[in-house]
Amino acid sequence: MTATAYHAPETIEQAVALLAGNPSARPLSGGTDLIVQMRSGRIAPAAVIDLKRIAGLSGVRRVGDGFAIGAATPCTALKDHAELAAAWPGVVEAANLIGSVQVRNRATMAGNLCNASPAADSVPALVAANATCLIAGPDGQREVPVAAIPQAPGRTSLAPGEFLVEIRLPARGVGDGDAYLRSIPRTEMDIAVVGAGANLTVDAEGRCTAARIALGAVAPTVVLVADAGAALVGSRFDDAAFAALAEAVKAACHPIDDKRGTIAYRKAMAAVLARRVVLTALKRAGAAA
Amino acid sequence: MNKLHISTIINGDAQEFLCDPTATLLDVLRDGIGLTGTKEGCASGDCGACTVVLDGQMVCSCLVLAAEAQGRTVATIEGVAEGAMLHPVQRQFLEHGALQCGFCTPGFIVAAKALLDRNPNPTETEIRYWLAGNLCRCTGYDKIVRAVMDAAAELRQERMPA
Ligand SMILES: Cc1cc2nc3c(=O)[nH]c(=O)nc-3n(C[C@H](O)[C@H](O)[C@H](O)COP(=O)(O)OP(=O)(O)OC[C@H]3O[C@@H](n4cnc5c(N)ncnc54)[C@H](O)[C@@H]3O)c2cc1C
Ligand code: FES
Ligand code: FES
Repeated sequence: MTATAYHAPETIEQAVALLAGNPSARPLSGGTDLIVQMRSGRIAPAAVIDLKRIAGLSGVRRVGDGFAIGAATPCTALKDHAELAAAWPGVVEAANLIGSVQVRNRATMAGNLCNASPAADSVPALVAANATCLIAGPDGQREVPVAAIPQAPGRTSLAPGEFLVEIRLPARGVGDGDAYLRSIPRTEMDIAVVGAGANLTVDAEGRCTAARIALGAVAPTVVLVADAGAALVGSRFDDAAFAALAEAVKAACHPIDDKRGTIAYRKAMAAVLARRVVLTALKRAGAAA
Repeated sequence: MNKLHISTIINGDAQEFLCDPTATLLDVLRDGIGLTGTKEGCASGDCGACTVVLDGQMVCSCLVLAAEAQGRTVATIEGVAEGAMLHPVQRQFLEHGALQCGFCTPGFIVAAKALLDRNPNPTETEIRYWLAGNLCRCTGYDKIVRAVMDAAAELRQERMPA
């Protein structure tokens, strides 16, 4: 390995300066992607900037009725936050499908997002949830939707010197529910063939008033399928609405063929998973109503 | 390359070491400090042979930079027994023959102890999910799971007020 420096700044400003000062420096959160990639020789950053010593970057906070999740918060800590797990069970479950307990004790959703793998499990759940990212950089801070971060496999929209400070989830109300499901060849420790997140709002009559459906592993980046959400809104989740959902989902898939699944299989599974994930979210929305 | 000077607590004792910035905690434990109980199976987070407890959380030491351990506490397999007194998990692994080559065993024991430290009454399903990140190529997980269940029962007995 070439000479790589290690820094553990204690403030956001120091981290920005270290990242901006060296274009090949990389932020380190849980290291469950970064250290693997460094070891394999795929990347050789000039410096690794450990974000975990920055005050406020670890842990979950209430912000108004919503939540702010520090970018360095490991996935297992999300499950331990009872209010977050009750408000956004789909997001918390998606993050806790990643790897093993050992991996989840380190892995973060920010790292999952910024690694920009098409199959990242927490990302479709965050996109369905309408989550945003607070980004710090040389020009100060900005907030963007989660979906605006991944650009292509392994590439993000972050400018040099920028990094994620926190992920924000909106407030929940009566009749809201979310869920995430993935299809993998075994029950644990594998990469999604298809992932699907759903976030619904249902009124007192059981009618869908809002729906966001997002898919993972079926395109170079996460896809928010607007037509799939539109297929549900106004319906009472009848067969016609689910048929329209399935068509919209299949049309939005542009998957690859690989050892985990063919194009045809991924499209068919995406439709199946989208239906199942909506049914789970619906049950939760009903329980909250 | 500049070496970093790191101070940690390992198995209860203050420990200082010098390391390269990209050395993993596993590298330092085995090659620097000579604690070779922790094993390297894959070096990519998949096998769990390198499991240690870092500030109370079990992690793969192959995916932790040694420098990250500055000021933190590390617990390894070497700290599981108290002197010559085996921990119930270790004793039950022997009773059940839950090891053959033994390469995966330190990782399994550290992980199983981490589970029982927080949940003395896990179901079989909870044990299997908890240990999903530990791979064994010889034993076939059943004996391992039964050893952990019996260790849990033993610990519950011990903890019962007399
Ligand atoms: C055994 C194993 C199993 C796995 N299983 C799964 C799985 O089932 N599903 C899944 O989705 N993933 C899986 N992964 C991949 C990985 O664990 C996840 O992507 C994890 O969420 C990455 O988070 P991290 O904090 O470890 O990221 P890191 O490795 O620290 O960083 C990942 C990337 O993001 C950048 N980065 C980190 N933090 C920030 C930040 N705050 N701002 C900007 N950039 C940042 C880094 O520079 C790096 O490029 C697995 C990995 C392993 C080793
Ligand atoms: S050596 Fe660390 S998980 Fe295999
Ligand atoms: S006993 Fe040989 S790998 Fe588990």
